[in-house]
Amino acid sequence: MYSKGLAPLAAAAAVTLTAAFAMVFFYAPNDADQGFVQKIFYVHVPMAIVALCGFVAGGVFAIRHLRSGDPSWDLRSYVAIHLSIILGVGVLATGSIWARASWGHWWVWDEPVLVSFLVVFLLYCVYYPLRFSIEDPGRQARYSSVFAIAAGAFVPLNFIAVRMAEQFTHPRVLSQTGGDLPGDMRLTFLVALLGMALLFVTLWKLELTAKHASMQLKRLRNERVRDRARVAA
Amino acid sequence: MPALPLDEAGKYVAGAYVVFVALILIYVAIIGAKIARIDRQISELAGVEDDE
Repeated sequence: MYSKGLAPLAAAAAVTLTAAFAMVFFYAPNDADQGFVQKIFYVHVPMAIVALCGFVAGGVFAIRHLRSGDPSWDLRSYVAIHLSIILGVGVLATGSIWARASWGHWWVWDEPVLVSFLVVFLLYCVYYPLRFSIEDPGRQARYSSVFAIAAGAFVPLNFIAVRMAEQFTHPRVLSQTGGDLPGDMRLTFLVALLGMALLFVTLWKLELTAKHASMQLKRLRNERVRDRARVAA
Repeated sequence: MPALPLDEAGKYVAGAYVVFVALILIYVAIIGAKIARIDRQISELAGVEDDE
């Protein structure tokens, strides 16, 4: 069901990401201001954009779940959020490494971009205890969907707030129009972004496939137990 | 802060990319192990059905 097209998607993600990383080190020039350290930008920023889009996608799937009552949309929402949290760990780790190299500190509390992403990340960490503290599957899916929609709406608001605090943020290497980035750097960034998006969709489908197979197995076992009970009776 | 020299910047850049690759590999390994376990359990279930 979910595994359809997984192999070509995985191949496309692998090829695009390999090409992107080759471009990072052999095509894109070093940044005039930050030097070689700016290469972290090509993994950190696409990962952050894809993670934030994943959170919003989780909210959109949750809306579809509440509208249709179909539990498969809740599963899609859960997996999108789960994967975005994993990418979020990567964003925070690579951001910290970049901060250490650029500013000499692993973490800077007066930096709106870092702190706002941490706020979003911690907000979504609440999703797990909320979801798994509810035993009834229907209620679990409904409550999780409501959370996913509310938190998904917060993500763009948070992004706008950071843009409004622009004078306090670190020097931007990518403006709203991408105008600050020279052509070869921009092309490299866009290839990295495409690769990261393909990787996200591949892993999302992979986890959905595993979860679906696990649910099918559980259903089979339950049917077997019921059949045995019927035969015994 | 002035740009770091290449030898010092290199370890930070390598660190960031290693974090990314490690994260993805760990995730894929966990999902792969889960799929292998499901596959094994399905085989066991099918084996029990055949015996019966």
